[in-house]
Amino acid sequence: MNGDELRASERQSVDEPAGEAERLDGNAAAGILSEVFVPDLTTARATCANCGAIRVLGALLVYAHGMGTVMRCPSCDAVVLRIARTRAQLWLDLTGAKLVVMPTAAAPSAA
Amino acid sequence: MNSTQVSTPARTATITWRLATVAGVVAETPRARTLLLDVPGWPGHRAGQHVDVRLTAEDGYQAQRSYSIASAPQDGQLALTVERLDDGEVSPYLTDVLSVGDRLELRGPIGGYFVWDVALGGPLLLVAGGSGIVPLMAMLRHRKAALEIGDVRARHNVPARLLYSSRRWADVIYRSELTRLAQDDETLDVALTLTREAPPEWTGFRRRIDRMMLAEVAWPPGERPHVFVCGPTPLVEAAAAALVELGHDPALVKTERFGPTGEQR
Repeated sequence: MNGDELRASERQSVDEPAGEAERLDGNAAAGILSEVFVPDLTTARATCANCGAIRVLGALLVYAHGMGTVMRCPSCDAVVLRIARTRAQLWLDLTGAKLVVMPTAAAPSAA
Repeated sequence: MNSTQVSTPARTATITWRLATVAGVVAETPRARTLLLDVPGWPGHRAGQHVDVRLTAEDGYQAQRSYSIASAPQDGQLALTVERLDDGEVSPYLTDVLSVGDRLELRGPIGGYFVWDVALGGPLLLVAGGSGIVPLMAMLRHRKAALEIGDVRARHNVPARLLYSSRRWADVIYRSELTRLAQDDETLDVALTLTREAPPEWTGFRRRIDRMMLAEVAWPPGERPHVFVCGPTPLVEAAAAALVELGHDPALVKTERFGPTGEQR
């Protein structure tokens, strides 16, 4: 049982083959990220520390594992963010993000 | 990146769990049903957002899944449409067991990326596979409600097109509402494709969504439609790749992958 990163594993697929099945969108990590951040991080812009590409987190690729959620850069596939929940702790690794610019509660967000 | 400014309801704290009460259930297809929920303190949502649902067993074991919101922000009740996955941990409970008056733990609304409202403008192109229709239906319901009240931002009557893939006619979620919506609104086109089985009189598409179908249904890339693709991961990736090949700006193609069929642990 993984948690909220398993967006949609409950949903019925149409008849496409289920290859590459664990890849989801950054949006799928929004629940667990909302446990840490007040601003919606899926509309925050992250600069990939590896290739410098700037993407909103909602446009990153999410790989959900039992051990946690890994968000990768769609340009170079480097890990940008990792987040995992244990019984009493939440682990957040942002070394793959050179910069994260997030909307504050007062400001409109860029879609 | 798209520079359109969207006002997001300001959140001042992290999202917390709430207790919702089931106010009604609607059978949509043999496997899908809609839960109408009363959620005290619900802060409102935007079309395309989802909630996390958490079930707790008597022994304390918890299972958590995400479900897209089907209702428009303008609707009085929060609606979730859930499709049963036979070996699922959560969905069979939601589709088969949960009844009016029962309570359910949820948190949300979640995710500000895969959202659309009339302020973003159009044209609007929606591509769905299976229960991927759910967040897109919230967008269509929101659009209809905005048009009905003469929302100034909808003055230009944001044209919308939906391409929706299902296995068979009986699996098409919201089929009567979609038919009605398209009949009542000349700026909305609904195209269905049935991949496995179709009624004898069927005149719609009969294959999986492909590049040729998207070229036929979508606006030319020069119109710069806002595109939302939702469904199983392979369908979403094939459709998004085909749209980009056709010349659509990747920044305007937003995807919501549902992931695999089948439960993971």
